[in-house]
Amino acid sequence: MKGLAFSKRNDLEILRDPLNLFFGVGFPIVLLLLLTVIQRNIPVALFEIEHLAPGIVVFGLSFMTLFSATLIAKDRGSSFLQRLYTTPLTAGDFILGYLLPILPICIAQSVICYAAAVLLGLKVTIHILTSVLCTLPVAFLFVSLGLLCGSIFTDKQVGGICGALLTNLTAWLSGIWFDLGLVGGAFQRIANLLPFVHAVEMERAVLCGDYAGVFPHIWWVSGYAAAVTAIAVFAFLRQMKRQ
Amino acid sequence: MDAIKTIDLTKKYKDLTAVDDLNLTVRQGELLSLLGVNGAGKTTTIKMLTGLVRPTSGDAFLNGKSILTDSAAVKNMIAVSPQETAVAPNLTVRENLELMAGVHGFSKAETKDKVAELSDHFGLGEIANKRAGKLSGGWQRRLSIAMALISDPLILFLDEPTLGLDVLARSDLWDMIGALKGKMTVVLTTHYMEEAEALSDRVAILKSGRLLCTGTPAQIKAKAGTDKFDEAFVRLVKEEQP
Repeated sequence: MKGLAFSKRNDLEILRDPLNLFFGVGFPIVLLLLLTVIQRNIPVALFEIEHLAPGIVVFGLSFMTLFSATLIAKDRGSSFLQRLYTTPLTAGDFILGYLLPILPICIAQSVICYAAAVLLGLKVTIHILTSVLCTLPVAFLFVSLGLLCGSIFTDKQVGGICGALLTNLTAWLSGIWFDLGLVGGAFQRIANLLPFVHAVEMERAVLCGDYAGVFPHIWWVSGYAAAVTAIAVFAFLRQMKRQ
Repeated sequence: MDAIKTIDLTKKYKDLTAVDDLNLTVRQGELLSLLGVNGAGKTTTIKMLTGLVRPTSGDAFLNGKSILTDSAAVKNMIAVSPQETAVAPNLTVRENLELMAGVHGFSKAETKDKVAELSDHFGLGEIANKRAGKLSGGWQRRLSIAMALISDPLILFLDEPTLGLDVLARSDLWDMIGALKGKMTVVLTTHYMEEAEALSDRVAILKSGRLLCTGTPAQIKAKAGTDKFDEAFVRLVKEEQP
């Protein structure tokens, strides 16, 4: 109950920021629309809607790291967290309060992206629902990254690291915009060692009903999500102790 | 029982001793002002008493509960209004108050009653639906104190509550803080000597982490041999300089 009040507050803080709404919902939809129009004029297999939509969904989720990290870093920078540290809220309430409320926002963002994709020609199948559910480990990865960055960096640093660096890493190393095999070499090997391309491949496999194709990508994403969550919890507790 | 009793309370940061063997007692219902120049140890003392910082040595007892071994009980009896305005900017005034009621585990009915009572008491009713981040500094500070009071704390810590406010806003807050006297124990830190003199039952002057003296404003003035409180503070602090 106590933690719930804190979670609700975090949801409201994120949803009431117009920039979050633009980058969280507006921007992915604009990209979806733009690339679909390009694909119609100059057909590219990569930008076919069933191929493109899962990538945009994953790319959209990368903004959740920015939102989450900014909220936490701002709370740390102000006296707001200090005030809450003197209340009966426990460390678990804080960690869950920062992680869990963003997951429904992630799901809502994925639903909106797939709904937009349906309007742009994506065939309505049960696999859309499964794809939305499969965004959960991806969402957890990005939200945990937010907890980690928010616990380490200031809100200004978060803007650069999560807003610019992470979204670009997700964009370039995920195979959303170009086939990583075309670049090959070290670039492809590095991309395959990171979770972003696996998140996109997992989503693509689920959306086309190839459930066997989810493996091994889901292990990469879940493994990274679990590891990042563990590090993020450690980092948060450490900064809590320092405060 | 004393509301607060510190025993050899000490905080060291590597080579710096922020608070040094502090032995201080605050009585029930008393308003005590902690005074001192920057770096005197006021905020560190408050941080230790509120469980934000663990002492290097010593202990403190709030209504008999140790800050070291009974921090959960301590957290249930205290409230803090920090130095900076600590409100959730995108939440409305009402939602900020509801948040504090929620983190203290109030039921819906209790929350509603308490929010209505504090909104009324602090004149927040008309701006209840305004986002906290859009309020002026004075109103944010007023909200910040109201948020601290929502749990009916036995001990309230106000860390420089009127810092940076204009004369009128400060005067309004003085009235509010003054009205709390006797209802709960209040520990206040401030740089404004007139504020300490007007509000305090007793003051404690800290210097370089050590307690220089305690007493009523009148006793402090008598000790320094002047009838001006700010002059008394300066004399006492300067006298102790090596």
